[in-house]
Amino acid sequence: MTLSPIADPKISFQNVSRRFGEGDSAFLALDRLSLDIADGEFVTVVGPSGCGKSTAMNIAAGLTAVSDGRVLVDGTGVDGPGPERGVIFQQYALFPWLTVRQNVEFGLRIKGMPAAERRRVSDHFISLVGLTDFADALPKTLSGGMKQRCAIARAYAVNPSILLMDEPFGALDALTRVNMQDQLLDTWTRERRTVVFITHDVDEAVYLANRVIVMAARPGRLHDIIPVDLPYPRTEEIRLSQAFADIRNRVWHAVYHQKPQIEPSIQEEEL
Amino acid sequence: MNAVSAGDQRARSRSLADWPPIILNLIAFAFGVAVWWAITAAQLVVLPGPVEVFQRGIELIASGQLLIDIVSSLRRVLTGFMLGVALAIPVGFLMGWYRVARALIEPYIQFFRMIPPLAVIPLAIVTMGIDEAPKVFVIFLASFLSCVVATYQGVISVDRTLINAARVLGAKDRVIFPRVIIPASTPFILVGVRIGLGSAWATVVAAELIAAQSGLGFRMQQAQLYYDLPTIFVSLITIGVLGLLMDRMVQAAERRLTQWQERV
Repeated sequence: MTLSPIADPKISFQNVSRRFGEGDSAFLALDRLSLDIADGEFVTVVGPSGCGKSTAMNIAAGLTAVSDGRVLVDGTGVDGPGPERGVIFQQYALFPWLTVRQNVEFGLRIKGMPAAERRRVSDHFISLVGLTDFADALPKTLSGGMKQRCAIARAYAVNPSILLMDEPFGALDALTRVNMQDQLLDTWTRERRTVVFITHDVDEAVYLANRVIVMAARPGRLHDIIPVDLPYPRTEEIRLSQAFADIRNRVWHAVYHQKPQIEPSIQEEEL
Repeated sequence: MNAVSAGDQRARSRSLADWPPIILNLIAFAFGVAVWWAITAAQLVVLPGPVEVFQRGIELIASGQLLIDIVSSLRRVLTGFMLGVALAIPVGFLMGWYRVARALIEPYIQFFRMIPPLAVIPLAIVTMGIDEAPKVFVIFLASFLSCVVATYQGVISVDRTLINAARVLGAKDRVIFPRVIIPASTPFILVGVRIGLGSAWATVVAAELIAAQSGLGFRMQQAQLYYDLPTIFVSLITIGVLGLLMDRMVQAAERRLTQWQERV
């Protein structure tokens, strides 16, 4: 797979490799990943466990360092986390001692935004994810879906131009998940961001994305890029259409029928 | 007929289970006192009965003796305990946050933890005299050691994801520490405080048995010389009740400060 021909990519992975461990226990989590993501694009990343998708995302987030290569965001090399890259974790990672509003305002306080403005911004994003009635609730009183919506509002509030989402709906039940997908797309349509969304659910990958990035494991690497030529807003009609099914089948085959590679002598599960 | 009586039975057993726990607690307490009274009244053992102990308790309260003993014991405990916790929390944070500090301090903590605080008393008396100092020092040591370990365990077990979540929102270490590490480790610290208070209380009484001119432990030691069993009983009961009260107070504070925790 060659570099996608995107002018002025928002995010650009350039020959990114990452090794974990040393000596006999060393393994290659990510092998020379090159990938460009356009501004405002919604890409989903699927692949078997150990394919390095979370590693790639953590590198883009600045939470993990590269062993080789580099990641550029807006043409500048990534060096540590930054508020222009919002991250949403599978385990929600809400601060349990803060209310929904205080969680959403966390990043704004760090920026030093005055209280009145903070309040205005948090009101906006809390209502955007439909949590207005729960603004003063503690996370322990919220359902999984509500927690994740709060995490999304928190990430949005600091106004990042990129959202990195690591299996954000992985812990939710199927019904809630479909609901959250629609809400996320709705939010994305209204507040356009570049989104990199990791999932292990092929349906979800196709439903949300402009492009589906399929990765392979051992070593983690790029396997295929499948464009999703379906219009937004995505609806139930699209979800049940033949065109959707065709793309879904393609992605399914790319994920589950990868040609077995000659395995490297050392292999470990992805951290 | 059968059905009715079975229903009655169920209703009766349910009503016993429905009784408020405090009533059941009181029943258990009354039963315990009754057994105590029965055993001593029958002279099965040579111990004072509840009536005798109660009368002695009234005497000791009326003479002001009990209050003086309580105040001097409590003063020692609280001084040593506050000093111990005040030092344990920053040291615990230091050990949890900085690998180097942990490696430097931990061997000492682990070593001194193995020495019962009471074993330090002979040394403390020789070096600090027979004043308040050795007793307060021993209590300080007991509460410091139990609290410091809990604090640093709390810091090292803070969920990495929460720290990462703060970092991606733009937080640097100096923000992460007060806004994430401290609140996230509060439940652990409070457990440490509770254990610390328990061990401080246990230590003070024992320390007073060995070297003191006042306090509940000293009173028992005196009573032992005169074979004054009722006074020993009054002291023991007071120690138990005060320990229980202090523990309940810390528990209440714990509940208030960690309301946000998901409890199973």
